[in-house]
Amino acid sequence: MDAKALAPGIKPGRLDGELIAAGFSDLHPPLDGHEAHVAADRCYFCHDAPCVTACPTDIDIPLFIRQISTGMPEAAARTILEQNILGGMCARVCPTETLCEEVCVRETAEGKPVEIGRLQRYATDTVMAKGVHPFMRAAPTGKRIAVVGAGPAGLACAHRLAMKGHEVTIYEARPKPGGLNEYGIAAYKSTEDFAAREVDWLMQIGGITLREGQVLGRDITLDGLREAHDAVFLGMGLGGVNALGVSGDDREGVTDAVDFIADLRQVSDLAALPVGRDVVVIGGGMTAIDAAVQSRLLGAMNVTLVYRRSRERMAASRYEQDLAASKGVHIICGASPVAVHGNGTVREVEFEFTDDDLAPTGERFRLPADQVFRAIGQTLVGEGLPELSGRKIAVSGAGRTTVDGVWAGGDCAAGGDDLTVTAVAEGRDAAEDIHARLMG
Amino acid sequence: MADLTTNFVGITSPNPFWLASAPPTDKEYNVRRAFEAGWGGVVWKTLGEEGPPVVNVNGPRYGAVWGADRQLLGLNNIELITDRPLEVNLREIAAVKRDYPDRAVIVSLMVPCTEEAWKTILPLVEETGADGVELNFGCPHGMSERGMGSAVGQVPEYITMVTRWVKQYSNLPCIVKLTPNITDIRKPAMAAFEGGADAVSLINTINSITSVDLDLFAPEPTIDGKGAHGGYCGPAVKPIALNMVAEIARDPEMPGLPISGIGGVTTWKDAAEFLALGAGNVQVCTAAMTYGFKVVQEMISGLSQYLDDKGMTLDDLVGRAVPNVSDWQNLNLNYVTKARIDQDACIKCGRCYAACEDTSHQAIDMSEDRVFTVKDDECVACNLCVNVCPVEDCITMERVEAGATDERTGTVVPAEFGDWTTHPNNPMRRTAAE
Ligand SMILES: Cc1cc2nc3c(=O)[nH]c(=O)nc-3n(C[C@H](O)[C@H](O)[C@H](O)COP(=O)(O)OP(=O)(O)OC[C@H]3O[C@@H](n4cnc5c(N)ncnc54)[C@H](O)[C@@H]3O)c2cc1C
Ligand SMILES: Cc1cc2nc3c(=O)[nH]c(=O)nc-3n(C[C@H](O)[C@H](O)[C@H](O)COP(=O)(O)O)c2cc1C
Ligand code: SF4
Ligand code: SF4
Ligand code: SF4
Repeated sequence: MDAKALAPGIKPGRLDGELIAAGFSDLHPPLDGHEAHVAADRCYFCHDAPCVTACPTDIDIPLFIRQISTGMPEAAARTILEQNILGGMCARVCPTETLCEEVCVRETAEGKPVEIGRLQRYATDTVMAKGVHPFMRAAPTGKRIAVVGAGPAGLACAHRLAMKGHEVTIYEARPKPGGLNEYGIAAYKSTEDFAAREVDWLMQIGGITLREGQVLGRDITLDGLREAHDAVFLGMGLGGVNALGVSGDDREGVTDAVDFIADLRQVSDLAALPVGRDVVVIGGGMTAIDAAVQSRLLGAMNVTLVYRRSRERMAASRYEQDLAASKGVHIICGASPVAVHGNGTVREVEFEFTDDDLAPTGERFRLPADQVFRAIGQTLVGEGLPELSGRKIAVSGAGRTTVDGVWAGGDCAAGGDDLTVTAVAEGRDAAEDIHARLMG
Repeated sequence: MADLTTNFVGITSPNPFWLASAPPTDKEYNVRRAFEAGWGGVVWKTLGEEGPPVVNVNGPRYGAVWGADRQLLGLNNIELITDRPLEVNLREIAAVKRDYPDRAVIVSLMVPCTEEAWKTILPLVEETGADGVELNFGCPHGMSERGMGSAVGQVPEYITMVTRWVKQYSNLPCIVKLTPNITDIRKPAMAAFEGGADAVSLINTINSITSVDLDLFAPEPTIDGKGAHGGYCGPAVKPIALNMVAEIARDPEMPGLPISGIGGVTTWKDAAEFLALGAGNVQVCTAAMTYGFKVVQEMISGLSQYLDDKGMTLDDLVGRAVPNVSDWQNLNLNYVTKARIDQDACIKCGRCYAACEDTSHQAIDMSEDRVFTVKDDECVACNLCVNVCPVEDCITMERVEAGATDERTGTVVPAEFGDWTTHPNNPMRRTAAE
């Protein structure tokens, strides 16, 4: 190991470019034609298939797989995209091991599910590579709808509304659309700028105006949007991050995992992105795993992920945990942070072991750290929003909020898992409900 | 290890696995290597008469049907008989037979339908020391356009005539190879039997078009934009071949006519099935063309182990299933079964349900939580669910014992045998003797 890798502090270029590129290459490389054929042949074309029930967007999985096996990936893609316009991204980022593939009957039979995710990617990649957009807009209805947030929920909602002939304007705070597809998903899941390419492809439907740099609460208000539009959809995700709430939380080197990941997703040269030698990640969800794994891939020597409860209760799936372990991330469960030590800059994090109900055991340990990532959950931010249920926007039916003419979906809305595919489903269903209301 | 030595019409071979007359047996180089690999015998690639040899196409001559992982399920060919000079083949046959006296070497022949042509070629074959001849009345393409091959095999009178000539002008055992491209295989077999054939072998390939090129709109294999029907063989044809073998084996008009079983033999099990249906040995072509000569080693070890496990000799196996090949009208209508689903084995795919609900008798129930059960009052025991279930032995057919009530018909299952011939609904029924 050379000096660069061993250097303490937060430094760029710990590994050379080639090693970094290899680490960040496609996690699930695409299937070639023959592989897809063989993988598709394993599907039993189940009756009332359990995989479909498990897919939040209800994609007709047996049908699209059969279309692949008969050499018609374009038709397969249409089957997918009719239900899930971000089927390409979902094929890459869905935790299939806890969704469709978990309940695949071949998982039951032999512990090896049909590779639904990779087959979905095969089909959607084929269509996107051809640059064709398989849907047409209906005749204009003259109705205007505002969508706040260009994440998966907002995009799915906007696309469905545009397809039905409505005029949609998306108000997006960030300079680029895509939401967490663009700024959050691990880089090895969305390679070759896929998030941006997918948005461009989606916009081919027409009838959607994207206005970047528009922040609800700063540049626009909910009341203003309601006045100027026939309906409003809120899909702004979770913009805030929970604090650690321990002393030293503000020391230099302690940052939010989502910011680190957003930087990582936007940087053009990964080797230029600084990372610590001894990294500590606090949290147990997908964000924690992604921050830990990507730190390792950038060359951090010691990466420890500390989660306060037992391994079984981690939000990250077993597959994600194993992925982290295989990349050399050390996972410690049942320990909560009590203090961040250091002189201005972080030097150590002190933890206390806890039982599963988070009762402290009195036993403490310290981990050396020059970089600490908080990954203990995101929160909804914003004022003047419809009523909340807990910490998210309360919804009933297909995303109806307590304010008339305002719908919400995705991470910002209560109910459902915080997953890309769930956001797509909620955005799509809200669009159908809005359409029914406006045209009914 | 069971002894696999076979005596087929007086020709002995160390095992019942012969290579069929086809490309694997088209030259000395191949046949020597086949014998080294363990094949018990070969039927040399069909020879034609003296003179300029036939020519083959120079474009693709094979087409295929595949499973998903390119597993070859069926092969189709438009190859003709040997395209090498007669004297070269005869010289090589003699050399091989001299060096492998314990193996069977049969010479396949196809010459025009004249007494002279057969009279001329037979002594040349005898001189090689070959063990017998096989008359190729089966090739369904090319040669048949010239009045040979299946053109002869489709006319029983020609078969009898040629077989008589062969028996008249040679002392060699004569095997007549039949074409399946006819409606009743017993007719040509009977013709061979009447002509004095020592055995029949079957099947040769089946007329086929494997696929159509949907850009060129031409059958495959496509030669300069056109295609001709070929002959189909390989695993896909086995069921057709098995039936034809059984039809001959159980025909009382041809008692004891030896049969060499051909068509889709790929494993020891396929071979055992042909043997059980009355074949005295088997011939193989496609399996060798797909996997090479080494496949015979699995066939040998598998068949020996099976016989050992069963405590049977090879002779015990030959024809063992023939008495159980019956006619529909003699099947026991009082044998009542119901499908049973093993809930522990079931993976809840719902295929049995879809099949029964959509296309059969609505006899499978699916609960809210995907438990699949058979409704005995609807199940006619058709077996479709068993056939579509992806889990082996998950659905089985269980017999309803005599004396119990069949819930579908509401009648008590009789203990005695009862078939269509005596069934009350049969207007032609035979009344039981008083
Ligand atoms: C690090 C990380 C990794 C993840 N990995 C996975 C994964 O592998 N698989 C998976 O299924 N899910 C994953 N998720 C979850 C998934 O990304 C989210 O569930 C999904 O993106 C939610 O979509 P959304 O449209 O509701 O919100 P977001 O994707 O968050 O999009 C919200 C959009 O609204 C904009 N916005 C926010 N506030 C305002 C405002 N006031 N005004 C205007 N615009 C605003 C934002 O800029 C953003 O573009 C991950 C999440 C994170 C944080
Ligand atoms: C390419 C090819 C050429 C063949 N040529 C002959 C032949 O010359 N003479 C013959 O009697 N049968 C010929 N056959 C038929 C085979 O001997 C055999 O009857 C048929 O292939 C069925 O057996 P299988 O399923 O094991 O291949 C040929 C078959 C193939 C595939
Ligand atoms: S559960 Fe598995 S086998 Fe059944 S339809 Fe879905 S992917 Fe195919
Ligand atoms: S198998 Fe041999 S002869 Fe036939 S096409 Fe291939 S290379 Fe040519
Ligand atoms: S086909 Fe077999 S495995 Fe599938 S539900 Fe029916 S019994 Fe179960």
